[in-house]
Amino acid sequence: MHEIWALARKDLLIEARSKVVATQVVPFAMVVLILFGLALDADSRTLRDLAPGLFWVATLFAGVLTIQRSVAVETLSSTFEALRLSGAPGWKLFAGKALAVGVQLLAVEAVLALGIVVLYRSEFEDPVLVVTAAVAATIAIASAGSLYGVLAVGMGVRDTILPMLLLPIMMPVLVAATRAFGDGLGTAALDGWTWTGLLALLAIIYATVGALAYAVVIEDT
Amino acid sequence: MTITSAAPQTNSVANNPGSTGSTATRVLGLASLVGLAVLLVLAFVITDPDQRVFDRGADLEPLLTGQGDAVRLLYVHFPVAMVTYIAFSLNAVGSIAVLWKKSTWWDNTAAAAAEVGVLFCGLTLVTGSIWGRPIWNTWWKWGDVRLMTTTILFLIFVGYLAYRRTMTDSRVRAKRSAVVGLIGAINIPIVYKSVDWWQNRTLHQQSTLRDRSIEDLTLFAMIFGMVVFVAIFAWLMIHRFRIGWLEHQTETVGLEAAIEERRAQTPAAILDAVTDSRPSHETGSD
Amino acid sequence: MDYLGYLIAGWAVVLGAVAVYAVSLIRRGKALSARVPADRRRWMTTDG
Repeated sequence: MHEIWALARKDLLIEARSKVVATQVVPFAMVVLILFGLALDADSRTLRDLAPGLFWVATLFAGVLTIQRSVAVETLSSTFEALRLSGAPGWKLFAGKALAVGVQLLAVEAVLALGIVVLYRSEFEDPVLVVTAAVAATIAIASAGSLYGVLAVGMGVRDTILPMLLLPIMMPVLVAATRAFGDGLGTAALDGWTWTGLLALLAIIYATVGALAYAVVIEDT
Repeated sequence: MTITSAAPQTNSVANNPGSTGSTATRVLGLASLVGLAVLLVLAFVITDPDQRVFDRGADLEPLLTGQGDAVRLLYVHFPVAMVTYIAFSLNAVGSIAVLWKKSTWWDNTAAAAAEVGVLFCGLTLVTGSIWGRPIWNTWWKWGDVRLMTTTILFLIFVGYLAYRRTMTDSRVRAKRSAVVGLIGAINIPIVYKSVDWWQNRTLHQQSTLRDRSIEDLTLFAMIFGMVVFVAIFAWLMIHRFRIGWLEHQTETVGLEAAIEERRAQTPAAILDAVTDSRPSHETGSD
Repeated sequence: MDYLGYLIAGWAVVLGAVAVYAVSLIRRGKALSARVPADRRRWMTTDG
């Protein structure tokens, strides 16, 4: 168990020192929010209604970048081989990487949450629902993303394939998270907790799939 | 492989054809064309437009419902959709076989099925949209369960095909695309359920086969259409499979073939001189 | 016949696309066959 934490901690320490996510991904996510605001040319009431969807689209985009960074950390120093040879089973390697991605993504989402309050006038009517939904969705995104991230490792041709592989798969997460946030932010008359249940199910599915497949896909990096 | 005589092997034409065709595909192709012709006649001439008359009693005009002539589009939309599901199911089976048995035969089949599947999935979306325009009064209906699921399915396998192209090592490619293909496949019921919950209503016609109010002829035309398009699917799959196999061969055999070819064209005298003076390890043979 | 434009469009797209794809497969097949030695053009074994 502590191997998982050691691996995640390594990634988080690298981020603490390099601050790549903090200085590149977080601002990018905010830029997305602002771009939407400009492009939609909407009055504040419409933006408020759209906030759940815009939040999660921005999060997915930021998630792609965070995952690419997570993979690059290993490929840049050719440490995938070291991970393989470390003797730790594939599922632990997966869990460590996914945990680090998840934590970083939650940090991005925290800033985005502040963003939609300021830019779209969102109100957190049910914070517990919002946080629970966000955690479940983030686990799903981080899990699927970490697996696809390894699949997309490579020079040149493979750099741009990650979004095309990951985002269609993330569609149910997007639908469910947006609905859950719609309830939690008070913009839609929905049962957010049912949707959060679906998010939890998706989190379990992708965590399991990732854990099982990671050892297989990491062999050829 | 040792250096042997320059003459190419003289097997019968049937064993080493110059194309991916064969007797089987020619028969299948001909049958498909005939079947298509019959289907067109069925669809446009023999069957009637879908008119349902709802009798509202003596005082009122009977209500005309049903989609009229637009049903003739379903005779192609429905078979094309069925082929899509068959193709992607085949890909899923192949992906499992690749991961389980490391079978290159199945990898080749999975790749072929994905390519043909993407074509037919696209056609499903297009024919559905064309059908929807007059009937639903829209080219696209967000939240229609089957439309959303088919769209995501299309995107997943477009990604799958793009992903395959980024790898040149066939063993790695087989394994990794199998993972991508499988995750895509298991995602489909998830997508379906999510959208179903999201909208809980659909403009999509309820499953036509289970609707007992369609006439026998309409049902026959739909099933016949399915048979014809499955035959077309088989024809395309056989050719695409053979192409995949040939590509696999060119990857592994390229250099050898080039050497053989050149040797076959070289006059004997020069050939002798070349093979006498050059050490064997320089000729690139195994 | 009602909706004739839509009917023709739908059927033409399908038949046209399948025909184009079929032709492209045949051409690819011929081009590749020319590059592969005669005895290796067909799948001979079902193993691996």
